[in-house]
Amino acid sequence: MAVSADADFKTRLQNWIPKLVLSPSLAMMLVFVYGFILFSVYLSFTDSRILPSFGWVGWENYDKLWRLSHWETSLINMGIFAGLYIVICTCIGLGLAIFLDQKIRGEGLLRPIYLYPMALSFIVTGTAWKWFLDPGIGLENVMHSWGWESFEFDWIKNRDYAIYTVVLAAVWQTSGFVMAMFLAGLRGIDNEILRAAQMDGASNWNLYRRIIIPQLRPAFLSAFVILSHLAIKTFDLVIALTGGGPGRATELPATFMYSYTFTRNQMGIGAASATIMLMTIAAIMIPYLYAELREKR
Amino acid sequence: MAQATQDTAIRTGRITRTLIYLVLLLFSLFYLLPLYVMLANSLKPLEEITGGGMMNLPQVFTVEPWIKAWSSAQIGVEPTGLRPYFWNSIKMVVPAVIVSTVLGALNGYVLTKWRFKYDTILFGLMLFACFIPFQIVLIPMARMLGLMGLAGTTWGLALVHVVYGIGFTTLYFRNYYAVFPTELIRAAQIDGAGFFQIFWRILLPSSGPIAVVSIIWQFTNIWNDFLFGASFADANSQPMTVALNNLVQSSTGVKEYNVHFAGAILAALPTLLVYIVAGRYFVRGLMAGSVKG
Repeated sequence: MAVSADADFKTRLQNWIPKLVLSPSLAMMLVFVYGFILFSVYLSFTDSRILPSFGWVGWENYDKLWRLSHWETSLINMGIFAGLYIVICTCIGLGLAIFLDQKIRGEGLLRPIYLYPMALSFIVTGTAWKWFLDPGIGLENVMHSWGWESFEFDWIKNRDYAIYTVVLAAVWQTSGFVMAMFLAGLRGIDNEILRAAQMDGASNWNLYRRIIIPQLRPAFLSAFVILSHLAIKTFDLVIALTGGGPGRATELPATFMYSYTFTRNQMGIGAASATIMLMTIAAIMIPYLYAELREKR
Repeated sequence: MAQATQDTAIRTGRITRTLIYLVLLLFSLFYLLPLYVMLANSLKPLEEITGGGMMNLPQVFTVEPWIKAWSSAQIGVEPTGLRPYFWNSIKMVVPAVIVSTVLGALNGYVLTKWRFKYDTILFGLMLFACFIPFQIVLIPMARMLGLMGLAGTTWGLALVHVVYGIGFTTLYFRNYYAVFPTELIRAAQIDGAGFFQIFWRILLPSSGPIAVVSIIWQFTNIWNDFLFGASFADANSQPMTVALNNLVQSSTGVKEYNVHFAGAILAALPTLLVYIVAGRYFVRGLMAGSVKG
């Protein structure tokens, strides 16, 4: 009797241990992620200024937010930045992957060169490009000293073009990684189909257009999800490269949220902008994660 | 088999190949250029840079900027160089990487080998947490750290990085353990092995590769973080990235570009070293974050 009760206790304990082991992480996640999300969303409906406060104001912060030209600028910049960043990274990544896949000598040397920027902090990337693009000491100055007196390249100081320098630095940082994703996809393609198509006289161009690129769909999807996620989060790069300027020319939602919350003491509006950022990410990530997890079952 | 699938069946002519090599070479120049600019200019006296020689190799070779960036450059109010901030980063990174990796391994083990109702939903919630824009948690987190007495400390930052790193480490270990034969676990259970015994004796010995991925991923991410450091650290607990940004953005005095470049390389060095030593695993980690393992 005593023995079986003891064994019973043991099996019950064994059933509980896995859940006990998981519980600290779950508790942290529920509080620090989902609890905090609720808290921030709630704050976006309050009159919080320098500190959180709980006076309910309804949609007022959202009304104010959408009327701010500063927010509008950061959204337009986000559109330009994210659009170009995603498209250019995908094109360069796919192009380099296809080229590298042609039995290239020295592939082992080239791949790490393309990829190492991903290991750097955006602050480092920003610092490097900031001074390289600076017309006073960087590229423009170098060209002048090489005798090309009329050379002009002041995008980083120019309100209309500064956002493109952010795109340039961000593409430099991540395009090599996108290349790696596509290369992995290319290496997974069955060569038998390609040989069969070659027998039928298909040109390389058609092979890629009709057979190979359509098979890379999962890689395209992953690249899109990762890049859009990185784009919406972009913060440090802008801080280091342009500081949001000149003027507000390179403000993005992430920098907007930071300055309204911590330096302008408009926490309610800051929280509202963060909520909109979260919703945008959720709209992209949830269908993706849903599909991924369902397939795996 | 593996050999056969490695290479594409596409055949190319000589002119095409030359063009391909040319493009690949041009792009490698593009990726190397900023590193070259940083390195070359960190070893020059300032006049050589302001005189328009940014692209040249140093004519007068000096390590002065490196020494200055490390130990005497003005950061914030104090001329301490980046050294104290480097140690802040270490103190933040080491515990955060260890704790998040251990928790990730245990979570992955439970989620694959001790499955229960709704575990996929729980995992989905954890996974989504990896991708939230951190702006949504900044305000409550600042308050929470204050309540816990951890505001402005490296321990507080380490905690933040553990919390928001678990999702990724769990993802890695879950995908890795998912293909581990469950029969082995069941057999050990029948022999009377308990939860931790199975983990310790059976799973852990074969977890080396994924542990490396998890550690590298966490190390690079936490070392390179700026947002949390800028939001939650005070002058004495700032990590390297925040200090570097303060150094570069400071508006007082002459802009010492060579010192900035030396500082940038110092901030990049740990992750670059990790990348050089274990780059293949780094790629694998990045990939696991995007496509399923």
